[in-house]
Amino acid sequence: MSAALALPRGRRLPRGLILGGFAIAVIVVLAVAGPWITPYDPDAFAIRERLQAPSLAHWFGTDDFGRDVFSRVLAGAHYSLLMGFGATAISLAIGVPLGMLAAFHRGWVDEAVMRGVDLMISIPPVLLGLLILATTQPSVAKTVISVGIVYVPIMTRLSRAVALGLLAEDFVDAARARGDGAVRILWREILPNAWPPIIVETSLRITFAILLGSALSFLGLGPQPPASEWGLMIAESRPFIEQAPWIALAPGICLCLLLVLINVVGEGLRDLLDPRMQGRGHG
Amino acid sequence: MTRYIIRRIASVIGVVWLMTVMVFGIVHLLPGSVAHMILGEFATADSIALLEQRLGLNDPLPMQYWRWFSGLLRGDFGNSLTMERPAGPILIEALGRSAILAGISLVLVAIIGIALGVHSAVNRGSSSDRALTLAQYAFISIPEFFWCIVVILVFAAWLGWLPATGYTPLAEAGVLGWARHLVLPVVTLTLGLIAHVSRMTRSSMLEALDSQYVLAARAKGLAERFVLYRHALPNALLPTITVLAIDMGLLIGGIVVVETVFAFPGLGRMLIYAIDNQDLPLMMGGMIVVTSVYALANLAADILYATLNPRIRYGGSAA
Repeated sequence: MSAALALPRGRRLPRGLILGGFAIAVIVVLAVAGPWITPYDPDAFAIRERLQAPSLAHWFGTDDFGRDVFSRVLAGAHYSLLMGFGATAISLAIGVPLGMLAAFHRGWVDEAVMRGVDLMISIPPVLLGLLILATTQPSVAKTVISVGIVYVPIMTRLSRAVALGLLAEDFVDAARARGDGAVRILWREILPNAWPPIIVETSLRITFAILLGSALSFLGLGPQPPASEWGLMIAESRPFIEQAPWIALAPGICLCLLLVLINVVGEGLRDLLDPRMQGRGHG
Repeated sequence: MTRYIIRRIASVIGVVWLMTVMVFGIVHLLPGSVAHMILGEFATADSIALLEQRLGLNDPLPMQYWRWFSGLLRGDFGNSLTMERPAGPILIEALGRSAILAGISLVLVAIIGIALGVHSAVNRGSSSDRALTLAQYAFISIPEFFWCIVVILVFAAWLGWLPATGYTPLAEAGVLGWARHLVLPVVTLTLGLIAHVSRMTRSSMLEALDSQYVLAARAKGLAERFVLYRHALPNALLPTITVLAIDMGLLIGGIVVVETVFAFPGLGRMLIYAIDNQDLPLMMGGMIVVTSVYALANLAADILYATLNPRIRYGGSAA
């Protein structure tokens, strides 16, 4: 059953997938090592060196408190990754079992789950995030959880659709005939075969999760100062945008780069795993 | 068809009602008293008791909910705590300004997105198609809030062509002054969505061009223009309507960010203001207004889809 993930014979891994995957791995290593390898203390004020343009001493310049922007960008990288991967993991962990159970049991379970999904999908994502964050003290964990919850309905809907298709297959009938229970069938027969479309959707969701998470931080509903989350850094740089554009440009360009890389990997995965998309280029 | 529309309208009402329950529930059931949240952690017991009485916070929750909900039905959103005047008119005024922003953006996204998508599909593999694909990649990956900063930097700070922030009503500033304040917010809002819509239109147009009916139309010897715009395009546009409806959600998210950055006095900025200042009636009302608008926009998209799609129009049931 797990052969679904193996590479079809005669096909090579797309180049974008390899290069993008490698670049993301480098970013993950930098983000994890961030706190230990920054050239300066990312939160240390140095008022005498405030608003300095990029130079050899300060690669990305300094901000209005004289903090080294390069160190701050490096120390803040893990927030974006946490939002992207953490939030998507949450939506997978809730959405996939929910969708599969709905598909397996049909009837009122299915009805209840799908009406809940319909309700959540009819609320604009940003509003759902705002609603959860508005009434409590903002923090990183809350932002990650909120973004994760926002994307639960999409994961539920997708895994339900995939599972419905698979449940009609012969090997599921065989498992039923053996007398396997719901959980066993879903875990052993459905899940291993359902991964390809779920992985493709996941790679897309990671981009959206990073975008939504950093937008919420930008609005002040994420990590709080002096955290150097990239969206927050851009928000804080606004009063100095004319004097010191590098405070905003450095984290902004890093954020765009990260998103482009994840998109490239996502496209690569889609070409690889989703046979319907093959031969259609990036369409 | 009529049945389908009635069912969709009922579901819109249901969604908005459930949203009132959710908004009320989250605001009132979360740990910590509402009065505490409004007055801050150093409030005296007296002032908290006074505020709780003023807001009717000592009544049982269902009664509070009913008071708020029946008010909404009458168009009464309660009083804004920070501005000390009815929240309803404030919200409607802000909604009007946001609607200008959203309306212009949506029309531009639809026209430019579809035109670019069709162009790419028809000239598939050409250098302009490849350039557009590359641009779409880049533009989808750039967050709105970063766009805001970049366009302010380039067009307001460096070139000095356009004002960076603010809004002047049409009646005061004339068309030119009014439009000058809209250019940068609209540009920021539309770039990412144009990329998204053109990408989706390209792939659905390619699918249509590969189909049997296009082959048949060409075999009949129809002019290529006729094949493209009469046979392929209408079918390719159906998925695009769905994409535009989904993008409404992204557009609302974008509007919240863009209005905040450009100090544009619309509903999105109002919502963030209400959250920052713990102005609960304003915040709750704002969320209900945004949900309603979004639900109505989706309803419009569904009806449009059903009207244009003969399979639904004649089939009688919704797909």
